[in-house]
Amino acid sequence: MMSIAIHLTLREMWRNRGRFLLFSLVVAMITLLVLFIAALGEGLGSGNREYLQKLNADLLVYQDTAQLNIGASRLERSLLRTIASAEGVQDVGPIGFSSASIMLPDDEQYDISLIGVEPGKPGEPSVEAGEGLGRRSDQDVIIDRTVALVTGLQVNDQFTVRTTVGSEEEFYTLTVGGITDSRKYGLRGSVFVAYLKWDQVMPRAMVVTDEGELACNIVAVRLADPAQIETVRQALYERVTRIDAVDRQTAYENTPGYQEQQSTLMTQNGFALVIGALVIGGFFQIQTLQKVPQIGMLKAIGTPNGIVAMAAMIQIVLTTVVGIGIGGLITFGVASVFPPGIPIVFELRSGAMAAISLLLMGPIGGLVSIRYSLRVEPLTALGLNA
Amino acid sequence: MTSVALEVRSVVKTYQSGAGTVNAVDDVSFELHQGEFIALVGPSGSGKTTMLAMLAALLQPTAGSIAIDGQELGAMNQRQRSRFRRRKIGFTFQDNNLVSYLTALENVELMLRLNGEFDAENRKRAKELLMILGLEERLNVLPRQLSGGQQQRVAIARSLINQPALVLADEPTASLDSERAFQVVETLAALVHEQNRAGIMVTHDLRMVRYADRIIQMLDGHVERVVSPEDDLACLADPDACRLIPMDVLGVEPVA
Repeated sequence: MMSIAIHLTLREMWRNRGRFLLFSLVVAMITLLVLFIAALGEGLGSGNREYLQKLNADLLVYQDTAQLNIGASRLERSLLRTIASAEGVQDVGPIGFSSASIMLPDDEQYDISLIGVEPGKPGEPSVEAGEGLGRRSDQDVIIDRTVALVTGLQVNDQFTVRTTVGSEEEFYTLTVGGITDSRKYGLRGSVFVAYLKWDQVMPRAMVVTDEGELACNIVAVRLADPAQIETVRQALYERVTRIDAVDRQTAYENTPGYQEQQSTLMTQNGFALVIGALVIGGFFQIQTLQKVPQIGMLKAIGTPNGIVAMAAMIQIVLTTVVGIGIGGLITFGVASVFPPGIPIVFELRSGAMAAISLLLMGPIGGLVSIRYSLRVEPLTALGLNA
Repeated sequence: MTSVALEVRSVVKTYQSGAGTVNAVDDVSFELHQGEFIALVGPSGSGKTTMLAMLAALLQPTAGSIAIDGQELGAMNQRQRSRFRRRKIGFTFQDNNLVSYLTALENVELMLRLNGEFDAENRKRAKELLMILGLEERLNVLPRQLSGGQQQRVAIARSLINQPALVLADEPTASLDSERAFQVVETLAALVHEQNRAGIMVTHDLRMVRYADRIIQMLDGHVERVVSPEDDLACLADPDACRLIPMDVLGVEPVA
């Protein structure tokens, strides 16, 4: 039965290849849209969460009133010792977040996340090239791969960072000491500086005359046993008041706008998939309507319903697969000419999920036409109704 | 006497309509022997297509019985009827006869595939059958590239390739010009006779009945008259010489 269905399907598709190719191109365009939305979701998501997601820490401590908003959280440096002394804590590191711009030739600027971390402590990323912070001088920084790709900076290159203090611009010259993998935060490439240097370079609303105690936004906590995360968290709550301690995932999911952004993109992707299912369903339904007399004739000469249904299903799956294949190739081609820095990341997992979703939605959309073809009466071959 | 290929016994088919019950076929009985080719004629609404649908196991009679090759259709479920159609019945329809994306040869071979008999020997037979029908140059041509007459000849080949017990043709000449219509029916009748099948042709075209061994005229759902070879067939061969019969067959002026 299967061999007859395949025979009929392949003959029909080959002898109407123009029509099926055209429709596969429509599926390809839908695939392109779905993959791009998935890539945009991944790009924007990773652009927001990448640094926190890859952080070499198990818990992140916030000021409780900040409600897990990093920008609003402010923790005194003296708190570090208290947190570090809690049972189960292996190491802690302060992290400060701010924005700045790298000055490029021709007065161009590239906005970055300027992240202050304690050298050798949780928060400092591992390097792919060069050395970590504080090995040579306090002018040395680590840039992430995104910054390196956009600016062309390499290890030992010097660059200028612009910040503002009050209404005045200030410029600092820094040296690339090391390059880490992509660690975007706030949709920007990251530059990691030693914490004390960060405190000096970071932009301020006004000139500060009394420095007071150093403060950071959050504290990264590495545990002796990551499996004991809940126990250590409770220990921290008992030891330190007015803090929130959460794991990395909770931290980046609470980044302002992250959830809204991801749910918006997921909704868009869902709509694209539904549109895909409707388009595929519509095409095959129209085709089935055109073929009613022929389907009736096939049934009248004794073709089982199973062959009719199987042939229709194989046709839908093949058309969808070809469309997804073409769409994937187009997407790959377009993606390869995208400049770095654009928040579109084609990740195998999310791309495969999108493709599989479309592959499932196609036949689901086509089910209506299959059901319709199953209900065609062989009597129609004689011009009669059941 | 040849064996009976088809037995129709007191078949009734009724439909419910707004006006009440309609007897589309009303107490029809007849037999058909192997090697016999008959024409089922009558005006529109006389019940001949409904009768054909029941003979083809596409419709169940309300009452009565139909047996093809000794097998009662009424005892079969839908799946068995579908299987019976592809094994025991050959079809030629008025139009939409062929699968549009299969070549002439592939259309004929489709019946072999459906019956699990698609092998080298049967493929050779399919080619030979098409060659007998004058289509040796058109074996690998799609239906849209064939003339109406050629398409009907492919359909005839398909209807005969499985050596069915019964060959049914529904208005096979409706969309053909006169010359091709005569050719098609003559070929169909000749093959039914040569291959010792039983054939029934439903037609409006009374000129075509000259190739039939018997003519069953239906009117208002019942058999109005059967013209047998022993009486009127010689006359039917020359329509000019027996005008009364076509009029009678049409149901315009029934002869008592």
